[in-house]
Amino acid sequence: MASRGRFTQRVLILLALVAAALFVVVAGATGQTETVAQEEEPVPVSVERSDATADHSKFEILQQPFATGPDLTAACLSCHTEAAKQIQATTHWTWDNHFGEGVGKTTQINNFCIGVQSNEPRCTSCHTGYGWKDHTFDFTIEENVDCVSCHDTTGTYKKFPTAAGHPAYEPMDFGGKTWNPPDLSAIAQNVGKTSNATCGSCHFFGGGGAGVKHGDLNPDLLTASKDVDVHMSADGAAMVCSDCHEGRNHQLNGSSVYMSPSDESGVDLPLDDGNQATCQSCHGTQPMDSDKLNEHTDKVACQTCHIPKLARGETYTKTWWDWSTAGEFAPDGAKITTKDENGNVEYTTIKGNFEWDRDFVPAYVWFNGLVDVTIAGDPVVLNEDGVMELNAYAGSYDDEDSRIYPVKAFRGIQPIDGGNNTVALPHLFGKDDAAYWKSFDWNTAIAAGMEVAGTPYSAGAAVPYSGEVGWMETVFYEPATHMVAPSGDAVECQSCHSRAGVLASLGGFYLPGRDGGSLDWLMWGLVAITLVVVIVHGVMRVVGSKRRSS
Amino acid sequence: MSAHRVKIYAGFERLWHWLQALFIIILMITGFEIHGSYTLFGFETAVRIHNIIAWSFIILIVFAIFWHITTGAWRQYQPTGERSLVTQGRYYAFGIFKGEDHPYRKTELSKLNPLQKTTYLAFKILIVPVMVTTGLLYVFYNSWSSIWPGGLAWVAIIHAFGAFILVIFLIVHVYMTSTGETPLSNVTAMVTGYEDIEDAPEEEPATV
Repeated sequence: MASRGRFTQRVLILLALVAAALFVVVAGATGQTETVAQEEEPVPVSVERSDATADHSKFEILQQPFATGPDLTAACLSCHTEAAKQIQATTHWTWDNHFGEGVGKTTQINNFCIGVQSNEPRCTSCHTGYGWKDHTFDFTIEENVDCVSCHDTTGTYKKFPTAAGHPAYEPMDFGGKTWNPPDLSAIAQNVGKTSNATCGSCHFFGGGGAGVKHGDLNPDLLTASKDVDVHMSADGAAMVCSDCHEGRNHQLNGSSVYMSPSDESGVDLPLDDGNQATCQSCHGTQPMDSDKLNEHTDKVACQTCHIPKLARGETYTKTWWDWSTAGEFAPDGAKITTKDENGNVEYTTIKGNFEWDRDFVPAYVWFNGLVDVTIAGDPVVLNEDGVMELNAYAGSYDDEDSRIYPVKAFRGIQPIDGGNNTVALPHLFGKDDAAYWKSFDWNTAIAAGMEVAGTPYSAGAAVPYSGEVGWMETVFYEPATHMVAPSGDAVECQSCHSRAGVLASLGGFYLPGRDGGSLDWLMWGLVAITLVVVIVHGVMRVVGSKRRSS
Repeated sequence: MSAHRVKIYAGFERLWHWLQALFIIILMITGFEIHGSYTLFGFETAVRIHNIIAWSFIILIVFAIFWHITTGAWRQYQPTGERSLVTQGRYYAFGIFKGEDHPYRKTELSKLNPLQKTTYLAFKILIVPVMVTTGLLYVFYNSWSSIWPGGLAWVAIIHAFGAFILVIFLIVHVYMTSTGETPLSNVTAMVTGYEDIEDAPEEEPATV
């Protein structure tokens, strides 16, 4: 008995030691999180952006008035002899992706203004060139490259919205205001590096207005607080677009149509993998403090957790566009424009109905970087919701290149060739009577659009059109990859790991906290039966003992 | 018949029992949150607590195994045959209501009745190993997911099934503590280590 007592004592001491060790481990773990929390707030480094070795105001060739953009470009090219050739090899110029599959802005159908072809003068106001007004545009003329749309530092250079990439050369009216010609000479003498403003002059206004197309790219980024964009905010890393989208020979890193939802090569060294715009290029493949979080990166893109909501600033983004309601006029024959309570356009005669949103949770899809795009004449293929995915994102849980990826799912209703049940490209913009915005006749607009679709840019012939207008509901995915939030604002675990979380409809895999509850009713039923049996048993014992004692 | 006060549960045994009880209850509360049954701490905190307690439990289990082997206490769990189970079962189903005596006398050498022996043995060699194994597989899922991509669902479902069994075990177990000499005598014994045990008649051998 005595030896047994001593043994117990020893075991108890051992256990106490284990408990102490455990305490230290747990306290250590807690302490660690505290230190991590304390060490945040890296001091913003002020980067001197202007490190130029040439003062362009001292070049005589720039000290002259320039009548047109191409005249200015000719002056640029007199020194920068290879610059235009370089630009002409990029997607900024070709609007065709660099994979040579004839896929790109030029031919791709979306559900905003549907397609570029036949609408060039309007769309190409965001082309880094001059004069792309139709399919006859000569992509080889070097003077047609627009240098200053990217290299203006004065903020005064603006391309006129409907002039095929040219700025106004005399005062012109558009959108209820007068566009005065920019001083091209002053702009030329002050050229410099690209900036958030120059990149943003097109990329913040995709779809024809601030934030229309992208939920993660809009003018808020020019003045963003840190919680809107931890990278680009002056209070954050104060980065510019080209810090990630850097490049050589004017060829910038980053995606066009195809994306990189993962980047296993991790941190990039100079001359590394040519894919230096990914999160991993700077942050590596295991950037988080927690192993469990790092393990998530095999199936979850960084963006999914770190962009908790889209359009987190002031600017709304368009979420719905119904072309089928366009063409209504006021009784006096005037075009109608109505706005919603937030001041966003709700209806216009030329475009139909819109819906807008900001600070909203994105949709999530499996994505391996490949996109199945749609061009004019493609058959209408509806998914189980009766909606056509115009740029279906490829990927699945079983595909090791796929990640769960956040997107803005932009929905709308747009015209089709109802007779052939094919995707239509309407001719919207133009001074001719066939243009929808002139005639408000979908039939002539689609006929005119289909006539030039395909032919000039890819090898195909003009797209057949039956003459019968139809409609379909569509969705177009815009990737969310900008407006990364500070780490503390990342999506909470239970946002996904819960029965009705944001991933509720994303199939193909077991998600803890969401799945596995289908037989819970049975198991809780067994628990309930056990409880009842135990209670009945107890009552019967009490009754029995009372009966015996009475 | 007289009773004498006997130390029936050793210090370590009591500590082990109550720590185990505490761990299992915390694991249950956090585990069912992870399962998605409700929101209490939030998924992240629930997982953190669940993991810390699970590792503590594993350490405790290692000590318990050591204790059982070195003290010979494992013999307490040797099954005593089908008939004894039936006898004990019949007592709980019928005899207990009529005020019959427990069919098997608790002694210092045999403190568990046949039903307890079997249940606790199943707990020790089936439920706990299955829960620990599936739990570890769950935590280290990323190390083996490439070998069996859909495996997490099975691991999680088995782990959750075991958890439901443990809930049922806990309910019955807690209730059964009231079936001692007095409603609280079993709990008291597990707290103090001592229980008043009736002196066994000389001729009745202890069931080991």
